[in-house]
Amino acid sequence: MIDFGYGISPSSAINLDKFDRTMFEELAREEPDVLKCMACGSCAASCPTAGHSDMNLRKVILLLGRGREDEALRMVSHCMLCGKCLIVCPRGINTRHLILSVTKIYQKK
Amino acid sequence: MNYEGKKRIWSEFQKEIPDDRYFYARSCIRQNFNPGAEQAFLDIVRNRFGKDFYEDPLHTTCGGIAYHSDTTPEETSMTIIARQFSLMNQAGYRNFVVSCVTSFGLHTEILQTWEEHPEIEAKIHELLWKACKREFTKPDFLMHSSDMMYHYRFLISEQARYPLINVHTGEPLKVVEHIGCHYSKIFPSKSVGGAEYPRVLAGLVEALGGSVVDYPERRHCCGFGFRQYLVKANRGYSLTNTYKKFESMEPFHPDLIITNCPGCNYFLDRWQYVIAETSGKTYGDTPGYGIPVLSSEEVSALVMGYDPWDLGLQMHQVAVEPLLDKMGVQYDKSRKYKGVGGKDLGIPASPANIRIF
Repeated sequence: MIDFGYGISPSSAINLDKFDRTMFEELAREEPDVLKCMACGSCAASCPTAGHSDMNLRKVILLLGRGREDEALRMVSHCMLCGKCLIVCPRGINTRHLILSVTKIYQKK
Repeated sequence: MNYEGKKRIWSEFQKEIPDDRYFYARSCIRQNFNPGAEQAFLDIVRNRFGKDFYEDPLHTTCGGIAYHSDTTPEETSMTIIARQFSLMNQAGYRNFVVSCVTSFGLHTEILQTWEEHPEIEAKIHELLWKACKREFTKPDFLMHSSDMMYHYRFLISEQARYPLINVHTGEPLKVVEHIGCHYSKIFPSKSVGGAEYPRVLAGLVEALGGSVVDYPERRHCCGFGFRQYLVKANRGYSLTNTYKKFESMEPFHPDLIITNCPGCNYFLDRWQYVIAETSGKTYGDTPGYGIPVLSSEEVSALVMGYDPWDLGLQMHQVAVEPLLDKMGVQYDKSRKYKGVGGKDLGIPASPANIRIF
Protein backbone atom coordinates (compact mmCIF):
# COMPACT_ATOMS: atom_id res chain seq x y z
CA MET A 1 0.00 0.00 0.00
CA ILE A 2 1.18 3.52 -0.81
CA ASP A 3 1.34 6.35 1.72
CA PHE A 4 0.30 9.49 -0.16
CA GLY A 5 0.62 11.71 2.92
CA TYR A 6 -3.17 11.94 3.24
CA GLY A 7 -5.98 9.41 3.43
CA ILE A 8 -9.67 8.69 3.74
CA SER A 9 -11.17 10.24 6.88
CA PRO A 10 -13.43 7.91 8.86
CA SER A 11 -17.10 8.51 8.14
CA SER A 12 -19.13 10.45 10.69
CA ALA A 13 -22.40 9.14 9.23
CA ILE A 14 -24.83 7.65 11.77
CA ASN A 15 -26.70 4.58 10.65
CA LEU A 16 -29.79 4.50 12.85
CA ASP A 17 -30.37 0.84 11.96
CA LYS A 18 -27.01 -0.24 13.27
CA PHE A 19 -27.17 0.48 17.00
CA ASP A 20 -29.36 -0.65 19.84
CA ARG A 21 -31.86 2.08 20.75
CA THR A 22 -33.46 0.13 23.64
CA MET A 23 -31.83 2.26 26.36
CA PHE A 24 -32.70 5.54 24.68
CA GLU A 25 -36.29 4.43 24.17
CA GLU A 26 -36.48 3.49 27.87
CA LEU A 27 -35.08 6.93 28.74
CA ALA A 28 -37.67 8.61 26.51
CA ARG A 29 -40.45 6.63 28.24
CA GLU A 30 -39.25 7.67 31.68
CA GLU A 31 -38.27 11.23 30.66
CA PRO A 32 -40.41 12.22 27.64
CA ASP A 33 -38.88 15.71 27.95
CA VAL A 34 -35.67 14.41 26.37
CA LEU A 35 -37.48 14.52 23.03
CA LYS A 36 -38.36 18.19 23.60
CA CYS A 37 -34.70 19.33 23.52
CA MET A 38 -34.01 21.58 20.55
CA ALA A 39 -30.25 21.55 21.10
CA CYS A 40 -30.07 25.31 21.72
CA GLY A 41 -27.09 24.85 24.05
CA SER A 42 -28.30 27.14 26.87
CA CYS A 43 -27.61 24.31 29.32
CA ALA A 44 -24.04 23.94 28.08
CA ALA A 45 -23.47 27.71 28.19
CA SER A 46 -24.59 27.97 31.82
CA CYS A 47 -22.83 24.84 33.08
CA PRO A 48 -20.22 25.65 35.77
CA THR A 49 -18.30 22.42 35.14
CA ALA A 50 -17.88 23.14 31.43
CA GLY A 51 -14.78 25.22 32.13
CA HIS A 52 -12.83 22.30 33.59
CA SER A 53 -14.47 19.24 32.03
CA ASP A 54 -16.11 18.18 28.79
CA MET A 55 -19.62 18.18 30.32
CA ASN A 56 -22.14 19.42 27.76
CA LEU A 57 -25.78 18.39 28.28
CA ARG A 58 -26.80 19.36 24.74
CA LYS A 59 -24.16 17.00 23.42
CA VAL A 60 -25.08 14.28 25.95
CA ILE A 61 -28.63 14.17 24.60
CA LEU A 62 -27.43 14.07 20.98
CA LEU A 63 -24.90 11.33 21.74
CA LEU A 64 -27.46 9.17 23.55
CA GLY A 65 -29.81 9.47 20.56
CA ARG A 66 -26.99 8.33 18.31
CA GLY A 67 -26.02 5.32 20.39
CA ARG A 68 -22.72 6.73 21.67
CA GLU A 69 -23.45 6.08 25.36
CA ASP A 70 -19.84 5.73 26.51
CA GLU A 71 -18.97 9.31 25.54
CA ALA A 72 -22.26 10.61 26.99
CA LEU A 73 -21.81 8.85 30.34
CA ARG A 74 -18.24 10.11 30.64
CA MET A 75 -19.56 13.66 30.27
CA VAL A 76 -22.44 13.13 32.69
CA SER A 77 -20.01 11.86 35.36
CA HIS A 78 -18.76 15.46 35.71
CA CYS A 79 -22.21 16.88 36.54
CA MET A 80 -22.54 18.41 40.06
CA LEU A 81 -26.37 18.52 39.84
CA CYS A 82 -26.32 22.27 40.60
CA GLY A 83 -29.40 22.80 38.41
CA LYS A 84 -28.32 25.96 36.59
CA CYS A 85 -29.23 24.31 33.28
CA LEU A 86 -32.71 23.66 34.65
CA ILE A 87 -33.20 27.40 35.24
CA VAL A 88 -32.15 28.45 31.73
CA CYS A 89 -33.76 25.72 29.60
CA PRO A 90 -36.22 27.50 27.26
CA ARG A 91 -38.22 24.29 26.80
CA GLY A 92 -38.71 23.87 30.56
CA ILE A 93 -36.99 20.49 30.67
CA ASN A 94 -36.18 19.24 34.16
CA THR A 95 -32.57 18.69 33.20
CA ARG A 96 -31.39 17.65 36.66
CA HIS A 97 -33.99 14.92 36.81
CA LEU A 98 -33.09 13.94 33.25
CA ILE A 99 -29.44 13.51 34.23
CA LEU A 100 -30.42 11.38 37.22
CA SER A 101 -32.59 9.22 34.96
CA VAL A 102 -29.74 8.86 32.47
CA THR A 103 -27.39 7.60 35.16
CA LYS A 104 -30.07 5.27 36.55
CA ILE A 105 -31.05 3.73 33.20
CA TYR A 106 -27.61 3.52 31.65
CA GLN A 107 -26.05 2.13 34.84
CA LYS A 108 -27.69 -1.16 33.91
CA LYS A 109 -25.40 -1.33 30.93
CA MET B 1 -36.96 7.35 -8.92
CA ASN B 2 -40.31 9.17 -8.88
CA TYR B 3 -40.33 10.55 -12.41
CA GLU B 4 -43.66 12.36 -12.12
CA GLY B 5 -42.29 14.59 -9.35
CA LYS B 6 -39.00 15.11 -11.15
CA LYS B 7 -40.75 16.09 -14.39
CA ARG B 8 -42.62 18.81 -12.48
CA ILE B 9 -39.31 20.16 -11.11
CA TRP B 10 -37.64 19.92 -14.52
CA SER B 11 -40.49 21.78 -16.21
CA GLU B 12 -39.73 24.76 -13.96
CA PHE B 13 -36.07 24.88 -15.00
CA GLN B 14 -36.03 24.94 -18.77
CA LYS B 15 -33.34 26.81 -20.61
CA GLU B 16 -33.43 28.32 -24.06
CA ILE B 17 -30.53 27.03 -26.14
CA PRO B 18 -29.99 28.58 -29.58
CA ASP B 19 -29.58 26.26 -32.54
CA ASP B 20 -26.55 27.64 -34.35
CA ARG B 21 -23.63 30.12 -34.38
CA TYR B 22 -21.69 29.42 -31.21
CA PHE B 23 -18.51 30.92 -29.79
CA TYR B 24 -16.40 28.43 -27.79
CA ALA B 25 -14.27 28.93 -24.67
CA ARG B 26 -12.11 25.97 -23.67
CA SER B 27 -11.40 24.48 -20.25
CA CYS B 28 -7.85 24.59 -18.90
CA ILE B 29 -8.20 21.35 -16.89
CA ARG B 30 -9.78 19.45 -19.74
CA GLN B 31 -7.29 20.75 -22.29
CA ASN B 32 -4.51 19.21 -20.26
CA PHE B 33 -5.98 15.96 -19.04
CA ASN B 34 -8.61 14.90 -21.58
CA PRO B 35 -7.97 16.92 -24.74
CA GLY B 36 -9.88 14.40 -26.86
CA ALA B 37 -13.15 15.36 -25.15
CA GLU B 38 -13.09 18.94 -26.45
CA GLN B 39 -11.84 17.87 -29.87
CA ALA B 40 -14.72 15.39 -30.17
CA PHE B 41 -17.20 17.99 -28.94
CA LEU B 42 -16.18 20.49 -31.63
CA ASP B 43 -16.13 17.77 -34.27
CA ILE B 44 -19.61 16.49 -33.39
CA VAL B 45 -21.22 19.94 -33.44
CA ARG B 46 -19.35 21.22 -36.49
CA ASN B 47 -19.04 18.19 -38.71
CA ARG B 48 -21.77 15.76 -37.63
CA PHE B 49 -24.48 18.40 -37.08
CA GLY B 50 -23.15 21.04 -39.49
CA LYS B 51 -23.31 23.96 -37.03
CA ASP B 52 -21.20 27.09 -37.01
CA PHE B 53 -18.94 26.72 -33.96
CA TYR B 54 -16.19 29.30 -33.76
CA GLU B 55 -13.09 29.06 -31.61
CA ASP B 56 -10.75 32.02 -31.35
CA PRO B 57 -7.07 31.09 -30.87
CA LEU B 58 -6.60 34.29 -28.86
CA HIS B 59 -8.97 33.27 -26.06
CA THR B 60 -7.52 32.38 -22.65
CA THR B 61 -8.42 30.72 -19.38
CA CYS B 62 -11.27 32.42 -17.49
CA GLY B 63 -9.11 32.64 -14.36
CA GLY B 64 -11.63 30.57 -12.39
CA ILE B 65 -9.03 28.34 -10.74
CA ALA B 66 -7.11 31.34 -9.41
CA TYR B 67 -10.33 33.04 -8.30
CA HIS B 68 -11.63 29.97 -6.47
CA SER B 69 -8.20 29.39 -4.91
CA ASP B 70 -8.28 32.90 -3.46
CA THR B 71 -5.23 34.04 -5.37
CA THR B 72 -6.90 36.66 -7.60
CA PRO B 73 -9.86 38.96 -6.90
CA GLU B 74 -13.12 38.65 -8.82
CA GLU B 75 -12.38 41.84 -10.78
CA THR B 76 -9.46 40.05 -12.44
CA SER B 77 -11.71 37.23 -13.64
CA MET B 78 -14.30 39.77 -14.70
CA THR B 79 -11.78 41.57 -16.89
CA ILE B 80 -10.53 38.30 -18.41
CA ILE B 81 -14.09 37.23 -19.17
CA ALA B 82 -14.90 40.68 -20.56
CA ARG B 83 -12.00 40.14 -22.97
CA GLN B 84 -13.48 36.77 -24.05
CA PHE B 85 -16.79 38.55 -24.73
CA SER B 86 -14.88 41.17 -26.71
CA LEU B 87 -13.33 38.43 -28.86
CA MET B 88 -16.81 36.97 -29.37
CA ASN B 89 -18.15 40.41 -30.44
CA GLN B 90 -15.22 40.86 -32.80
CA ALA B 91 -15.95 37.52 -34.47
CA GLY B 92 -19.63 38.42 -34.82
CA TYR B 93 -21.16 35.85 -32.44
CA ARG B 94 -23.76 36.23 -29.65
CA ASN B 95 -23.97 32.69 -28.20
CA PHE B 96 -21.20 31.88 -25.75
CA VAL B 97 -20.42 28.22 -24.98
CA VAL B 98 -18.23 27.37 -21.98
CA SER B 99 -16.49 24.00 -21.73
CA CYS B 100 -15.85 23.94 -17.97
CA VAL B 101 -18.46 23.88 -15.21
CA THR B 102 -16.48 26.14 -12.89
CA SER B 103 -15.97 28.55 -15.75
CA PHE B 104 -19.69 28.38 -16.54
CA GLY B 105 -20.49 29.11 -12.87
CA LEU B 106 -18.08 32.03 -12.89
CA HIS B 107 -19.52 33.47 -16.11
CA THR B 108 -23.03 33.15 -14.65
CA GLU B 109 -21.95 34.75 -11.38
CA ILE B 110 -20.30 37.65 -13.19
CA LEU B 111 -23.23 38.30 -15.53
CA GLN B 112 -25.57 38.26 -12.53
CA THR B 113 -23.28 40.62 -10.59
CA TRP B 114 -23.25 43.06 -13.53
CA GLU B 115 -27.03 42.78 -13.76
CA GLU B 116 -27.44 43.73 -10.09
CA HIS B 117 -24.51 46.19 -9.93
CA PRO B 118 -24.19 48.10 -13.22
CA GLU B 119 -21.48 50.23 -11.61
CA ILE B 120 -19.22 47.15 -11.40
CA GLU B 121 -19.81 46.41 -15.08
CA ALA B 122 -18.91 50.03 -15.90
CA LYS B 123 -15.70 49.63 -13.91
CA ILE B 124 -14.81 46.46 -15.86
CA HIS B 125 -15.40 48.29 -19.17
CA GLU B 126 -12.88 50.83 -17.94
CA LEU B 127 -10.36 48.18 -16.74
CA LEU B 128 -10.57 46.25 -20.02
CA TRP B 129 -10.01 49.42 -22.01
CA LYS B 130 -7.00 50.32 -19.86
CA ALA B 131 -5.59 46.80 -20.15
CA CYS B 132 -5.99 46.11 -23.87
CA LYS B 133 -8.03 48.86 -25.54
CA ARG B 134 -11.03 46.61 -26.05
CA GLU B 135 -14.81 47.09 -25.71
CA PHE B 136 -17.40 44.38 -25.14
CA THR B 137 -21.10 43.60 -25.04
CA LYS B 138 -22.58 40.71 -23.08
CA PRO B 139 -23.68 37.54 -24.91
CA ASP B 140 -27.36 36.87 -25.64
CA PHE B 141 -27.04 33.26 -24.49
CA LEU B 142 -24.61 31.53 -22.16
CA MET B 143 -24.42 27.74 -22.38
CA HIS B 144 -22.33 25.00 -20.88
CA SER B 145 -21.07 22.25 -23.21
CA SER B 146 -23.35 19.72 -21.46
CA ASP B 147 -26.33 22.01 -22.26
CA MET B 148 -25.36 21.57 -25.90
CA MET B 149 -25.13 17.79 -25.58
CA TYR B 150 -28.57 17.82 -23.93
CA HIS B 151 -29.93 20.07 -26.66
CA TYR B 152 -28.66 17.72 -29.38
CA ARG B 153 -29.38 14.46 -27.49
CA PHE B 154 -31.94 13.19 -30.00
CA LEU B 155 -29.63 13.98 -32.93
CA ILE B 156 -26.87 12.05 -31.13
CA SER B 157 -29.31 9.22 -30.51
CA GLU B 158 -30.27 9.15 -34.22
CA GLN B 159 -26.61 8.67 -35.12
CA ALA B 160 -25.93 6.18 -32.30
CA ARG B 161 -23.82 3.22 -33.31
CA TYR B 162 -23.28 1.80 -29.83
CA PRO B 163 -26.19 2.86 -27.56
CA LEU B 164 -25.79 2.63 -23.79
CA ILE B 165 -27.08 -0.94 -23.73
CA ASN B 166 -25.30 -4.03 -22.48
CA VAL B 167 -24.94 -6.15 -25.60
CA HIS B 168 -24.63 -9.32 -23.52
CA THR B 169 -27.87 -8.89 -21.55
CA GLY B 170 -29.87 -6.42 -23.66
CA GLU B 171 -30.39 -4.32 -20.51
CA PRO B 172 -29.73 -0.54 -20.38
CA LEU B 173 -26.34 0.29 -18.85
CA LYS B 174 -26.58 1.62 -15.29
CA VAL B 175 -25.17 5.13 -15.39
CA VAL B 176 -24.30 7.41 -12.49
CA GLU B 177 -24.69 11.03 -13.55
CA HIS B 178 -22.58 13.52 -11.62
CA ILE B 179 -23.17 17.23 -12.07
CA GLY B 180 -20.45 19.70 -11.10
CA CYS B 181 -21.52 21.94 -8.20
CA HIS B 182 -20.95 25.16 -10.14
CA TYR B 183 -23.31 24.10 -12.92
CA SER B 184 -26.56 24.69 -11.05
CA LYS B 185 -26.04 24.88 -7.30
CA ILE B 186 -25.21 28.62 -7.51
CA PHE B 187 -27.85 29.71 -10.03
CA PRO B 188 -30.41 26.90 -10.51
CA SER B 189 -32.41 28.99 -12.99
CA LYS B 190 -29.48 29.07 -15.44
CA SER B 191 -29.38 25.27 -15.74
CA VAL B 192 -31.39 22.54 -17.40
CA GLY B 193 -33.43 20.99 -14.60
CA GLY B 194 -32.42 23.02 -11.53
CA ALA B 195 -30.08 22.21 -8.66
CA GLU B 196 -31.69 19.30 -6.88
CA TYR B 197 -32.29 16.98 -9.81
CA PRO B 198 -30.59 18.55 -12.82
CA ARG B 199 -31.94 17.08 -16.03
CA VAL B 200 -28.97 17.89 -18.22
CA LEU B 201 -27.13 14.56 -17.96
CA ALA B 202 -30.09 12.35 -16.97
CA GLY B 203 -31.87 13.43 -20.17
CA LEU B 204 -28.80 12.67 -22.28
CA VAL B 205 -28.26 9.24 -20.69
CA GLU B 206 -31.88 8.25 -21.24
CA ALA B 207 -31.85 9.46 -24.86
CA LEU B 208 -28.77 7.32 -25.46
CA GLY B 209 -30.44 4.20 -24.06
CA GLY B 210 -28.98 4.04 -20.53
CA SER B 211 -30.74 4.07 -17.17
CA VAL B 212 -29.85 6.60 -14.47
CA VAL B 213 -28.84 5.34 -11.03
CA ASP B 214 -30.57 7.23 -8.22
CA TYR B 215 -28.31 6.62 -5.20
CA PRO B 216 -28.30 8.37 -1.79
CA GLU B 217 -25.24 10.60 -2.32
CA ARG B 218 -26.17 11.49 -5.89
CA ARG B 219 -25.93 15.23 -5.37
CA HIS B 220 -22.86 15.09 -3.13
CA CYS B 221 -19.84 17.09 -4.30
CA CYS B 222 -16.84 15.18 -5.71
CA GLY B 223 -14.73 17.02 -3.12
CA PHE B 224 -12.30 18.77 -5.49
CA GLY B 225 -13.15 22.20 -4.08
CA PHE B 226 -9.92 23.85 -5.29
CA ARG B 227 -8.25 24.66 -1.95
CA GLN B 228 -9.39 21.31 -0.57
CA TYR B 229 -7.25 19.67 -3.16
CA LEU B 230 -4.57 22.27 -3.82
CA VAL B 231 -3.51 22.39 -0.15
CA LYS B 232 -2.03 18.98 0.55
CA ALA B 233 -3.10 19.04 4.20
CA ASN B 234 -6.74 19.23 3.04
CA ARG B 235 -6.43 16.61 0.33
CA GLY B 236 -7.82 13.85 2.55
CA TYR B 237 -11.06 15.84 2.74
CA SER B 238 -11.30 15.89 -1.04
CA LEU B 239 -10.59 12.16 -1.22
CA THR B 240 -13.13 11.38 1.52
CA ASN B 241 -15.92 13.11 -0.40
CA THR B 242 -15.28 10.94 -3.42
CA TYR B 243 -15.00 7.85 -1.21
CA LYS B 244 -18.39 8.65 0.31
CA LYS B 245 -19.95 8.81 -3.15
CA PHE B 246 -18.40 5.54 -4.26
CA GLU B 247 -19.51 3.72 -1.11
CA SER B 248 -23.02 5.04 -1.71
CA MET B 249 -23.22 4.08 -5.40
CA GLU B 250 -21.49 0.68 -5.03
CA PRO B 251 -24.63 -1.36 -4.15
CA PHE B 252 -26.24 -0.19 -7.42
CA HIS B 253 -23.40 -1.68 -9.55
CA PRO B 254 -22.99 1.23 -11.99
CA ASP B 255 -21.35 0.50 -15.34
CA LEU B 256 -20.31 4.07 -16.01
CA ILE B 257 -20.09 7.51 -14.41
CA ILE B 258 -20.86 10.47 -16.66
CA THR B 259 -19.94 14.00 -15.57
CA ASN B 260 -20.20 17.46 -17.03
CA CYS B 261 -17.35 19.00 -15.03
CA PRO B 262 -13.66 18.53 -15.92
CA GLY B 263 -12.69 18.70 -12.22
CA CYS B 264 -15.22 16.07 -11.13
CA ASN B 265 -14.22 13.92 -14.07
CA TYR B 266 -10.59 14.07 -13.09
CA PHE B 267 -11.09 13.43 -9.38
CA LEU B 268 -13.75 10.71 -9.59
CA ASP B 269 -11.33 8.98 -11.96
CA ARG B 270 -7.98 9.51 -10.20
CA TRP B 271 -9.24 9.02 -6.64
CA GLN B 272 -10.25 5.47 -7.58
CA TYR B 273 -6.53 4.82 -8.04
CA VAL B 274 -5.72 6.37 -4.65
CA ILE B 275 -8.50 4.42 -2.91
CA ALA B 276 -7.27 1.21 -4.54
CA GLU B 277 -3.65 1.87 -3.64
CA THR B 278 -4.38 2.85 -0.02
CA SER B 279 -7.15 0.40 0.85
CA GLY B 280 -7.04 -2.20 -1.91
CA LYS B 281 -10.67 -1.56 -2.86
CA THR B 282 -11.99 -1.24 -6.42
CA TYR B 283 -15.58 -0.48 -7.37
CA GLY B 284 -16.09 -1.85 -10.87
CA ASP B 285 -18.24 -4.90 -11.61
CA THR B 286 -15.25 -6.53 -13.30
CA PRO B 287 -12.85 -7.58 -10.49
CA GLY B 288 -9.74 -5.43 -10.28
CA TYR B 289 -11.20 -2.65 -12.45
CA GLY B 290 -12.76 0.66 -11.43
CA ILE B 291 -15.88 2.38 -12.75
CA PRO B 292 -15.01 4.36 -15.91
CA VAL B 293 -15.61 8.11 -15.56
CA LEU B 294 -16.31 9.93 -18.84
CA SER B 295 -17.53 13.38 -19.77
CA SER B 296 -20.84 13.92 -21.56
CA GLU B 297 -18.97 14.63 -24.81
CA GLU B 298 -16.83 11.49 -24.52
CA VAL B 299 -19.91 9.33 -23.90
CA SER B 300 -21.74 10.94 -26.83
CA ALA B 301 -18.75 10.46 -29.12
CA LEU B 302 -18.34 6.84 -28.03
CA VAL B 303 -22.02 6.18 -28.68
CA MET B 304 -21.67 7.79 -32.13
CA GLY B 305 -18.87 5.39 -33.01
CA TYR B 306 -15.68 7.44 -32.49
CA ASP B 307 -12.62 5.27 -31.89
CA PRO B 308 -12.00 5.18 -28.11
CA TRP B 309 -8.26 5.72 -28.52
CA ASP B 310 -8.72 8.65 -30.92
CA LEU B 311 -11.03 10.07 -28.25
CA GLY B 312 -8.19 9.83 -25.75
CA LEU B 313 -9.93 7.46 -23.35
CA GLN B 314 -6.53 5.96 -22.50
CA MET B 315 -5.82 9.27 -20.73
CA HIS B 316 -8.26 8.25 -17.98
CA GLN B 317 -6.87 6.42 -14.95
CA VAL B 318 -9.67 3.84 -14.86
CA ALA B 319 -9.55 1.44 -17.78
CA VAL B 320 -12.53 1.72 -20.13
CA GLU B 321 -12.21 -1.73 -21.69
CA PRO B 322 -14.93 -3.39 -19.51
CA LEU B 323 -17.34 -0.63 -20.57
CA LEU B 324 -16.37 -0.94 -24.26
CA ASP B 325 -16.98 -4.70 -24.06
CA LYS B 326 -20.41 -4.17 -22.49
CA MET B 327 -21.36 -1.65 -25.21
CA GLY B 328 -20.00 -3.91 -27.95
CA VAL B 329 -17.60 -1.21 -29.18
CA GLN B 330 -15.07 -2.49 -31.74
CA TYR B 331 -11.56 -1.44 -30.71
CA ASP B 332 -7.97 -2.47 -31.23
CA LYS B 333 -6.28 -3.27 -27.90
CA SER B 334 -2.83 -2.81 -29.37
CA ARG B 335 -3.59 0.82 -30.36
CA LYS B 336 -4.32 1.95 -26.79
CA TYR B 337 -0.93 3.53 -26.21
CA LYS B 338 -0.26 4.62 -29.78
CA GLY B 339 -0.37 8.26 -30.74
CA VAL B 340 -0.92 9.98 -34.06
CA GLY B 341 0.62 8.01 -36.93
CA GLY B 342 1.21 4.99 -34.69
CA LYS B 343 3.80 6.75 -32.53
CA ASP B 344 4.51 4.74 -29.37
CA LEU B 345 3.37 6.71 -26.29
CA GLY B 346 4.79 4.18 -23.83
CA ILE B 347 2.82 2.00 -21.44
CA PRO B 348 2.29 3.54 -17.98
CA ALA B 349 3.44 1.69 -14.87
CA SER B 350 0.77 -0.65 -13.53
CA PRO B 351 -0.65 0.12 -10.08
CA ALA B 352 -0.73 -2.78 -7.64
CA ASN B 353 -4.47 -2.89 -6.97
CA ILE B 354 -6.31 -1.42 -9.96
CA ARG B 355 -5.93 -2.65 -13.50
CA ILE B 356 -5.25 -0.18 -16.30
CA PHE B 357 -5.77 -2.55 -19.23
